[in-house]
Amino acid sequence: MTARVPLPNRARRLLGQIWALIALPLISILLALVVGAFVILASQLVLPGGRFDLLLPLSAYAALIEGAVGNFDAIVDTLVSTTPLVLGGLSVGLAFKAGLFNIGAQGQFLLGALGSVAVGVGLAGAPPLIAITLALAAGMLAGALWGFIPGLLKAVSGAHEVVVTIMLNYIAIAVIAAVVGGPLRQHGRPEAITPDVGNAALPVIIGHSGHAGIALALLAVALIAFLLLRTTLGFEIRTVGANPDAARYAGMHPRLLTILTMSLAGALAGLAGGVVVLGVTHLMTPSFGTTVGFDSIAVALLGRTNPIGIVAAALLFGALRAGASLMQIKAGIPAELIDVLQATILLFLVANPVLRRVLKLRGVKPGLDTTDTITRTYAGEVVAR
Amino acid sequence: MDALIQALYSIPIAGLVFQFGGYLIAVLPNIAPGILQAATPIALAALCGVMCERAGVVNIGIEGIMISAAFVGWYAGVLVVPILGSAVIGPFGMTPALVVALVAALLSGVVISWLHAWLSISVRADQIISGTIINIAAFGLTGYLNNLISRTSPNGAGSFSQFRPPQALLDLPVVGWIVGMFLSQGPIAMSVIVIVIIFQVLLFRSRWGLRSRAVGEHPRAAETVGIDVIRVRYRNVLIGGLFAALGGAYLSMEATNSFQQGMTTGRGFIGLAAMIVGRWSPVGAFGAALLFSSSTALGNSIKFSLPSGDLGQILSALPDQFYDALPYLLTIVILAGVVGRSIPPAADGQPYEREAAT
Repeated sequence: MTARVPLPNRARRLLGQIWALIALPLISILLALVVGAFVILASQLVLPGGRFDLLLPLSAYAALIEGAVGNFDAIVDTLVSTTPLVLGGLSVGLAFKAGLFNIGAQGQFLLGALGSVAVGVGLAGAPPLIAITLALAAGMLAGALWGFIPGLLKAVSGAHEVVVTIMLNYIAIAVIAAVVGGPLRQHGRPEAITPDVGNAALPVIIGHSGHAGIALALLAVALIAFLLLRTTLGFEIRTVGANPDAARYAGMHPRLLTILTMSLAGALAGLAGGVVVLGVTHLMTPSFGTTVGFDSIAVALLGRTNPIGIVAAALLFGALRAGASLMQIKAGIPAELIDVLQATILLFLVANPVLRRVLKLRGVKPGLDTTDTITRTYAGEVVAR
Repeated sequence: MDALIQALYSIPIAGLVFQFGGYLIAVLPNIAPGILQAATPIALAALCGVMCERAGVVNIGIEGIMISAAFVGWYAGVLVVPILGSAVIGPFGMTPALVVALVAALLSGVVISWLHAWLSISVRADQIISGTIINIAAFGLTGYLNNLISRTSPNGAGSFSQFRPPQALLDLPVVGWIVGMFLSQGPIAMSVIVIVIIFQVLLFRSRWGLRSRAVGEHPRAAETVGIDVIRVRYRNVLIGGLFAALGGAYLSMEATNSFQQGMTTGRGFIGLAAMIVGRWSPVGAFGAALLFSSSTALGNSIKFSLPSGDLGQILSALPDQFYDALPYLLTIVILAGVVGRSIPPAADGQPYEREAAT
């Protein structure tokens, strides 16, 4: 037993505030792990001819943790898979701030990757600094275009971004298959695959795989935090998200802000795509696909659409993704378990009024604070008349 | 006659339109059944949307309900087929295992809808977030289980087969392909038309329909005249879940005979677009679903038999993937064109809080 050290009032209040902020996310994560364990146990019962191992959830989670943070290389891998999630989380989070739901981060990510690969391959022999800069810019531009379309359609016709961005996700898959199998295809290879990006590849700065995109993502966090909290544009974005009518009466332009925010969100997700192709894969196949787009939604929600929160949430999901392959190898648990965990975490966050009542948590902030305009503008109510 | 057609076809730009028309007339009898088949899951998804949103609940988890039902239907078949055998007991190649599997798929739809109803009606969570959670969970769980199960590659219960109308009827000129479109179908595709008509009548001509619409337009007023808003909303979301589940079951039990990961490919969301384009009415949504599915069927047809002449040359320059993306492109274009003039139920997406008794 250690003696209770009386904390100064201010420190205690600060701790209380931090607890109020992180209590629900933490509880949700722990409960999700419990649910995940039940899923692992139950799936053994459903399967034909399987044997039942009561400790399988523990060995699965042990492999997951080992794969995520077990050694230096694993930690670097976690950082690498965190990087696109930070950028994607910022993309979805920024849109949330403006009352928009960017489910299209996946499509913007894919298009961004395509843009970066196209320019990267073209500039494979150019000086690295020029090649990298232009390739990343192309990725951001391509992603921005894929965000601009739903923004424009919402502002002009009121088509809700949820349906439009999901359609664009599927179109992005077709675009990539067409371009990688067509103009970008490397000659003399039996399978459709692009050439290597050569000098446009991001330099490795940590360990064997930690590319410079990690630093880039942190820079983006700082920039977006500055944009949201310290600039007029950020203030207008937040106002439109909180109350489009008030924003309009105050002389802001909700339609323009919708287009701008969606384009910015697209650029961020596009940058995530660029970072992955230039930093990790260095080339592209027609089936290039990841879970980044949908993980980003979970990251933004869990991170309370706050830049610091997004980094923390991205680290969690990055670690889960990085550890999933070892879990699959060692315990035979499919990587899709991560999706189940993700959905369960969000479920507990959304059901927070119930959680707070059951666990008698007082003074704890709700687990989610998205703006309520997402559903309000659904199905055709134009952002501002 | 042939000379006239050739003359029309060779007009510089307008000729292409005529060539397209000629191609349509030539291929329509062949692709007509395919149009209804492709429309079936979309129309059922749209019906789910109509059920929910007419009562004021936004449901974007339709895609998740569909993929779950597709999986449950297929896997329930895998489990019961060794017990029940595969003796055909009725029309459409119906076996006991298939019937049990279909019931299981429908039940799974109701269970998942219950979660959405609870989150959006009782917990009063953001309904779009709730739907997103259902989608992530459904794709995660089905992918997880499918990954485990596919290691043993088990045999499923097969699929429902199509009805065969008499050949003499199909050979009739125009009547033939209309009969073929609606009758050369499996049970789910065929029943969609019936369901659509029944629910069109119920929604606009029955007490249940009036109550549903009242709850979706002005829940407070509905409550004052004694309608239990919460109960009506729950009921409609659960019925909607049945439709979405039927659409999912169609994919794994009628269109194909097994489950593939992510096999819904956005049909739930295209269904939502069809609902909006069809102005939240069952018949309108079905019409819109037919429109979307025609683009799929036509795209497939062009991929396999290119039209002759200039039109064919132009179309052959487009990559195959263009036709894959066609339904999604069309959805965006039509949605953007229609949505401003299509008015949703007034209380769509707004949680309802009962006034405290004083």
